[in-house]
Amino acid sequence: MVVIDVDNVTRIYQKYSTRHRFKTFKSSFVKGDLFKAIKPDELVTALDKVNFQVHEGTAFGVIGENGSGKSTLLKIITGIAKPTSGKVSVQGKVSALIELGAGFHPEISGRENVFINGIMLGLSKKEIIKKFDDIVRFAQLEDFIDAPVKTYSSGMYMRLGFSIAINVNPDILLIDEVLAVGDASFVPKCLDRIDDFRRRKKTILFVSHDLATVEKICDRVLWLKEGRMQMIAEPKRAIDAYLQDIAEMQEEDFEYRQKAIENAVEKEEEGEDRRQGRWGKKEIEITKVRMKNLEGKEKHVFSPDEGMDIEIDVVAKSRIKDFVFGIGIFNSQGISCYGTNTNSEEFKPLFIEGKGKIVCRLEKLNLINGTYYLDVAIHKIDGYPYDYHSNMYTFMISSLYKDVGVFRPEHSWSFSPAIKIKPAPPKKE
Amino acid sequence: MFHLFKNLKNVYKYRVLIQNLVSRELKARYRGTILGFLWSFFNPLLLMIVYTIVFGLIIRPRDPAFGGSPLMYALYLFCGVLPWTWFSSSSLESANVLMVQGNLIKKILFPVEILPIVVVTSNFVHFVFGLPILFLFAMIMLKKFTVYILFLPLVILVQFVFSLGFALIVSSLTVHFRDVKDILANLLTFWFFASPIIYTVKFESIQKHKWLQVMLDINPMTHIMQGYQNCVFFGEMIRWRRLGVTLLVSLVLFVIGYAIFDKLRDSFPEEV
Repeated sequence: MVVIDVDNVTRIYQKYSTRHRFKTFKSSFVKGDLFKAIKPDELVTALDKVNFQVHEGTAFGVIGENGSGKSTLLKIITGIAKPTSGKVSVQGKVSALIELGAGFHPEISGRENVFINGIMLGLSKKEIIKKFDDIVRFAQLEDFIDAPVKTYSSGMYMRLGFSIAINVNPDILLIDEVLAVGDASFVPKCLDRIDDFRRRKKTILFVSHDLATVEKICDRVLWLKEGRMQMIAEPKRAIDAYLQDIAEMQEEDFEYRQKAIENAVEKEEEGEDRRQGRWGKKEIEITKVRMKNLEGKEKHVFSPDEGMDIEIDVVAKSRIKDFVFGIGIFNSQGISCYGTNTNSEEFKPLFIEGKGKIVCRLEKLNLINGTYYLDVAIHKIDGYPYDYHSNMYTFMISSLYKDVGVFRPEHSWSFSPAIKIKPAPPKKE
Repeated sequence: MFHLFKNLKNVYKYRVLIQNLVSRELKARYRGTILGFLWSFFNPLLLMIVYTIVFGLIIRPRDPAFGGSPLMYALYLFCGVLPWTWFSSSSLESANVLMVQGNLIKKILFPVEILPIVVVTSNFVHFVFGLPILFLFAMIMLKKFTVYILFLPLVILVQFVFSLGFALIVSSLTVHFRDVKDILANLLTFWFFASPIIYTVKFESIQKHKWLQVMLDINPMTHIMQGYQNCVFFGEMIRWRRLGVTLLVSLVLFVIGYAIFDKLRDSFPEEV
C-alpha cells in the first residue's frame, strides 16, 4: 500500500526584499490596497516536479546537499508548507522529528513541556499520562523532569524532544537530521527505536547527511539536487552517484586550488602555508605532476579503496649520474603519512638525460577521510636538492568509513563463540 | 464563511492545547518570583493605590459626574484602565506572537490562530485576577453592591470577541509589515485617549461638541468601556442597543480578521 504519494510537487519560494516591501508599504496606503504589497519580487524553486511513492513498512531516504530541497520536501509532507503545484497524500498518523523540542518553553518544567509538546504532536492528555514514564525513562531525565527546561543541556533538550516524538507512535515517522546532535550513547538508542519501527512494519522517511546511516536504514533512496530529482534507487547506487557528483564538484575546487598554489610558488611568494614551496637549482626540473586513478583518469578526490598513480614529468639540463626520486604524503595537520624514495628502496641511479617520466603507483591508498598534501622531489643521494616541490599538490580522501587515525590498514574482525556481538547488517548492493 | 466554521472546528479540536498554553503562559510569567500568582492581584492593587493617592490627595478633580468626589474619580479611572490593559496588552503581544513563536510555526503543524487566541486568553485571565480588586474598592467607596454587576460577563464577552478579531488582524499583518508593531503602539495611545476612560461622555465639554460625540459613538471601545462603568461604577443598566451593535461590529471584525489571517496563513512558515 502506498502511504506517501508525492505527485509532481513543485514548491516555489517567494523572496521579499525589505526595501521593496517598504516602498510598497507606503504606496499601499496611497492605493489603499494592503494585499497588493504582499507580492514577491524574486522566485526560488525549492522543489521542481518531485514525484515518488513510499510503500507501507519501508524506509525511504532522501539525500542531497544543503539547500537541495530536502527540508522543504519534509515540510510539505507534514503539511506545514503547501506545494505550489502538485499533490501530496499521506495515509496515517505522521510524526515528524524535524526539530526536536521545537516549542519547549524554557521557563517551565520538563514535565509541563512534555504535555504541551505531546498535545501539539497529536497525543491526547490521557495518552501522555500513560506514556509519561516511558518518555522520561527513554530520555534519561528522571532526575531533572521537574526542573525548568532552560537548565537543560542541549543534549538533554534533544533527548526529551526525541523521546516525545517517538512515543507519539505514528504510522509514518519523518526524520530530518536530528540524530546529528546526540551523544555516543543516545544515538544508538534512537537507531534501535527506529529499527524497532521498521520491524513493526511502520513507514520511515529519513533525511540525512549521514550517508552510512542512510545506507543502513533505508530500502530506497531519493537523491535531490537543486530541487530536482536526480535518482531514486537502492541506497548503494543512489549514494554512490551522489558521492560521485560531490567528488566532481570538489574536483573543480581542487583544480582551482592547485593552480593558485602553483602560481604562488612560481612568483616565489610565500603561500599562506609556509610548508608550501619549491627549491633547488633545477639541474633536473620537475615540469609536471599528475595524480591519476589506476584507470588513468586524472583526479583529486579518491576513495580509500582506490589506487593512485603519481606521474612526474622531468627534464634534465645535462647528463646527470647522481639522482634520487622521492615522494611524501602529509595530512592536513602536517603529519607525514608516508614517504619513500628510490634510494631507500635501493634503486641505483645510472644516468638521466633530457625529458623523462616517472610513475609511482600506490596500489591502494588506505587513508582516512581528509585532505592530503603531496611532496615530490629530485635530489642527490647526499640530499642536495635539484628540484623540490613541497606540499604543492593536494588531494582528498572521501569515504563512508568513520574510522580515525592517519592510516587505514586493511582489517577484519573475528570473535570466539563466547562473545555474542551483532555484525553490521550486510551492505545492500 | 464555510472556511470560518471549518477553522473554528479545527481550533476546537485543539482546545486542550489552548488550555495548556494559557496555563503555561501564566506559569511562565511569574516563574522565579517569590510572590508568584499573587502578583496578578498586587499589580492592580498597587495601581489602584497610586490612583487613590494621586487623585484623592494631589489633583483632586471635582466633577459632578463623579459626585464631586476625587476618590470616586480614582475608582472610575480604575474601572476603565483594567479592561483597557487587557485589550492593549493583548494587541501588543499579538503583534509579536507569530515572530516569537516562529520556530514552532516552522516545525510543527497546528492551527496557528491558536497563538493569538492564547495571547488574548491569558491576558483575559490576568484581567479576571484584577476584578476582585475592582469589586473590593467599589464596595468600599460606593458603600453598596450593585446588582448590575451581573451583566458584566456580557460586556466581557463583547470585548473578548473584539480583542480576538483585532489580535488576528494585527498578528497576521505584522508578519508581512513589521511596521505594524510601531504603528500599533502609537495607535493604542491615541485610542486610549479617544475612549471614555479618563473622562466620561457626560462631561459638559463633550456634550457641547456634536463631532466629539460622533467620534466617541463610532468607537467600539467607547461602548465597551461604558459597559464596565455602568455595571460597576454607576450601577446602571447596560445600554442594550449600543452594546448589541458593538457585539455585531465585534463579530464582523472577528470574521474579517479571521479571513485575513486565513489568507496569509500559508506565508507564515516562510516569513516569520
